[in-house]
Parts: sequence; C-alpha cells; structure tokens
Amino acid sequence: MSATSTSSSAAPSFFRRALKQKRFMFGLTVTVLVMLFAIFAPFFAPYGENEISGPPYSKVGVLGTDYLGQDVLSRVMYGGLGILVISVLATVLGMVVGVAVGVIAAYSGGWLDEVIMRLNDVLLAFPQILLALVVLTALQDPAPWAIIILVGASHAPRVARVARGVALGIVSRDFVVAAEALGERRSRIILAEVLPNMTGPLLAEAGLRLTYSIGLVAALGFLGFASDPGAANWGQMLNENRLGLATQPWSVLAPVIMIGIFTIGTNLMADGLAQVTQRGDN
Amino acid sequence: MTQVATLQDPFEEVAPPRGRSGGAAWAVWLSRRIGLAVLSLWLVSVLVFLATVALGDPVRAILGRDYNSNPGRVAQLEAQLNADQGIVSRYFSWLGGLLTGDPGTSLANQQPVWGQISANVVNTLVLVFLSAIVMIPLAFGIAMISAHYRRRRPDTVIQTVLLALAGVPEFVIGILLVATFSTTVFHIFPAVTIATPTGHPWDTPKGMVLPVLTLVIAVTPYVSRIVRATLLEVLDSDYVELARLKGIPEPVVMRKHALLNAIVPAIQVIGLQLAWLAGGVVLVETLFAYPGVGRQLVDSVRNHDVPMVQALAMIIAAFYIVVNLVADILSILMTPRARTAISG
Repeated sequence: MSATSTSSSAAPSFFRRALKQKRFMFGLTVTVLVMLFAIFAPFFAPYGENEISGPPYSKVGVLGTDYLGQDVLSRVMYGGLGILVISVLATVLGMVVGVAVGVIAAYSGGWLDEVIMRLNDVLLAFPQILLALVVLTALQDPAPWAIIILVGASHAPRVARVARGVALGIVSRDFVVAAEALGERRSRIILAEVLPNMTGPLLAEAGLRLTYSIGLVAALGFLGFASDPGAANWGQMLNENRLGLATQPWSVLAPVIMIGIFTIGTNLMADGLAQVTQRGDN
Repeated sequence: MTQVATLQDPFEEVAPPRGRSGGAAWAVWLSRRIGLAVLSLWLVSVLVFLATVALGDPVRAILGRDYNSNPGRVAQLEAQLNADQGIVSRYFSWLGGLLTGDPGTSLANQQPVWGQISANVVNTLVLVFLSAIVMIPLAFGIAMISAHYRRRRPDTVIQTVLLALAGVPEFVIGILLVATFSTTVFHIFPAVTIATPTGHPWDTPKGMVLPVLTLVIAVTPYVSRIVRATLLEVLDSDYVELARLKGIPEPVVMRKHALLNAIVPAIQVIGLQLAWLAGGVVLVETLFAYPGVGRQLVDSVRNHDVPMVQALAMIIAAFYIVVNLVADILSILMTPRARTAISG
C-alpha cells in the first residue's frame, strides 16, 4: 500500500469509485447479507436457542439436530449475532488504538517514533491467536469484553504499522506544514488535517481486520474458549459437534460454511477498497 | 494489495554503514540485526510472563469453584508458583530457568516441562517443514500461470479464488477438507493423525496429508499473490520490453528476468507466512489431534497450566523471530543493491 492517499475533497469520489468496483460490491453485498442474517434470523428461528427438538445427531428438522438434540438450523440462526458484535467491536477497538499509536508515532517522529515502533515490533512477534491464548491462561471463563479486548489488542500493533506508513506520507505534505505554520494545535492538525486524508487506506485495513476478527473470534469458540458455554455461536458449534461430523455433518458444516462465507465477503470488500485506494494515488 | 501492507522492508531496519571494509560492515549489520532479535525475544519474555501471571489469578483459574473450599490446595499451588515472592524475583528465576534449559514443572502432571515439550517441537517443525516444501513450488507455479495470462480471464479467476481463500480461517478449510476426504463425501484419509506414545505422526503418512494440505491452502494464496505482483511489475518494465523487442522468447523472459526478480519479495513473504504458521498450527493441530506444540498449548491453556503455557509461548515466539531474522539475512544476501549498500 502506498503512503499517499486521496485528499479530503476527493473523498466522495473515493466512495463512488468503490461502488463501481465489482469486487468491492460483491464483497459488500455478501457481508451485508450475512450481517442481516445474523441480526434478524433469530426472530424467524423455528426452535429456541436451547430448545431440544429431537434425539442428539438425528435427522429431525431441516439440518438435523446437534450433540444435545438442539435444532441445528435454529442454532445457526441464533449463532451469528455474538460473533458479529464481538468481531465488529474488536475491530473498532484495534483500529482506534492502532491508528492513534501509528499516527502519533509518524507525526512526532524522532526517538518517540523509534521507541514506539520497536515496541510495536515486539508485539508483532506474537501470532494473534497466541496473544489471546496466553492471556486466557490466567482467566477463568472469559467475559465477552475480555475477548473483545484480546482480539482488539492483537490487531492494534498490525494496524499501527500500516497507519504509521500511511501517515508518514501525509505529515510532510504542504497543507500540514501550512497548518503548523498557522500555529494550529497538534491534536487539531492530527484530527482535522491528517486523519481525513487517511480514510481510504484505513477503511481497507479495517475491512481486513474485520476478516481476521471473525476468524479469531470463531477460532476461540472452536478451541472452546467462548464466553457463554450454553449460547449458540458459530465457532463454538464446531467445538460442540466435532464428534458428530461423521454421523450428522450439517451440525458442523452449516456453521463452518457461514463463517467461510462471512470471511470471504469481508475480505473481498477489503481488497476492493484497497484497490480503489491504490488507483486513487496515480 | 492489502497483503503488501504488512510486508516489512528489511532495509528499513538498519542504515547501511559507510566507509568501512566489506567484512566489518557486514559484521556490524549482522550483529545489530541479531541484537534486535535478542532484544525482541527478551521483551517477549517479559510480556509472556506478565500476561500469564499478572493479568489474572492462575490459582483461582485452576481450582475454579474449589478455590474457596480447598485452602490446602490453594497454598500448595501458590507455593509451586512461588506466589509469595515479588513478581520481579519470580520473573528472574523463571528467566534463569529458561536460559539454563529448565523451564519448570507442569502444574497438570508434575512432570518437567521440557521433557513433555521436546518431542512435540520436532513434530511441529516437521509439519511446518512439509507444508513449506509443498507450498513454495505450488505458490510459484500458480503465480507464473497467473502472470502468464495477466489481466485476462484465467488470471482474474485465479486471483479471485486466491483472494477468497486468503480470508477464510484455516480451521474452516480444515473442517471442509475433513468432511470432503475423510467423513462425508470420500473416505480416503483419516480425520485425525494417529500417534502412539513411542512412534511419530509421520509413521502413518496418510494421516499427515490433511494437516499439511490445510496449512498449504492457508498460506499459498498470500505467497502466490505477492509473487505474481512482483512478476507483473517486472514483466511491465521497460527493460523487459526491450528484451522482448530483441526477440527473446517469452518463457526465457519469464525465467531469467521476471522470476529472478521475484525471489527477494518471495523470501520476505515466505518468511512471514512460515512465521504465521507458528500460530496457524495451533488450530490445525487441534483439529487433527496432531501431537505438536500447538495442540499442547491449547490443552495447557485449558488446564491453566502456567509453566507449560509460558514455555510453549516462548518457543512459538522464538520461532517467529528466528524465521524473520533468517528471511532478512537471506534477502540482503540475494539483493545486489543492498549487498553493495552495506559493504560499499
């Protein structure tokens, strides 16, 4: 990703160009459809979240039943909202912290930049899932907010790296120098001059981070570290029903396919945005 | 391209020293780079220790509901974790043990940590190594086919498929592979690796196929996309155009001009992806019950086995740092521009 970006006056045309891009539109459509499903499907579920509809791993109902005899279709319909909310909040947290760190490092420069980015490199030495697992060791039954913070915190150093790279190309541009010469406060320069010019690359990064958030949150559920053991959750359903893969494949395949579709959608959307941003440079 | 954004520039790390003889400049660069790696590793150890000990109460997490009813066990565990000492002295005695090859005793079974881990480290390295051997030629092959048909239909299709795969979590790919090849559609490969306590998982090669395949599918898209991007950059450049005008056939252009130039970016992204595998194995090993560090880590986190988690996390982070170090050294060695910048 190159360092420069669309200027603020070009921001509307950035979105117009994005809307014309096939890949972005396809990704956006898939993402929005999955989100709508996650939000509204619980109202149409044929059974309750923990309602027993038949014997375990039986063919009762459209997609059969799971390890406890709960209706798989209903569980899939209930199970998206938790992942969606946690992933989106973790992404927002990671973006806010990462962008703040990256922009401050780029804008201040000098030794502060050096120290921040060195520490950042250390955090990058942790694969994201490892950071979450290490902290979970000392926690008993993680609360949803704990998972949000863990996933968000594991994103932050990666976002900071990208944000710093983008901001470095902006802080030396004439309009920032002009604002400094006018005696504007530093916080105002960052908020009013630097950040608006980073919209394109940052949106692309946010899309990518959302993809990884969904993967991570689902992975933690798959590993059995979900916050609410009884609740329906696509990631956790994989963990619960793993032994039933041979006898009642839909109990595992249905949530797996939902996670797959969701991440494909968000990733295509992110890449479409990145492409539009890159073209905007030239 | 989004992946490019996470690629580090190996030359950004150190400003090339000037006015020294080649060998001395090399030694300076190398020792600085290794020094950075050691510094990172030390900071990682601080982080691992604080995260496992200071953020929560491991004893409370281990005992759960028994915490209040069983004060004897609480005292015993706290004694084993040296909970009465200050956190700083605990950190240094742990670090000392780590450096002398004694990372402590497992809380789950009271056995020394290292004895339980060593075999798993080898198993995981074999898994990662096999995946890399399959992945590298595959990624290059796909990238070359894609670059050959650049911006035409086959290229677009390949790129869209790779992009779609790149976003999908590895365990999703793994489960779909299991459903396809071992339980639901076909019954060709076993769904789990079988390892006897004395044997190795690769004693039954069939059981290795799906874990390796999952990891390969998870990392190939990234490598392939970066290699293709570099190939295209070269194929569109003026000097390649000149080579074509001189009548050099396209396969030779691809091999001699494009491919050689793609090696250094490829080393960087392969390094990053191998390092990523250190985390990726956690899920894949758990899914296939593969006896490696990843699955052991998950089990230990579940048991709140603090000494085990600390040791395993350090091993994984060390692997990550070493792979990045090697990738940086290799890229410098293979870039004439950077080589002369350092020794010139």
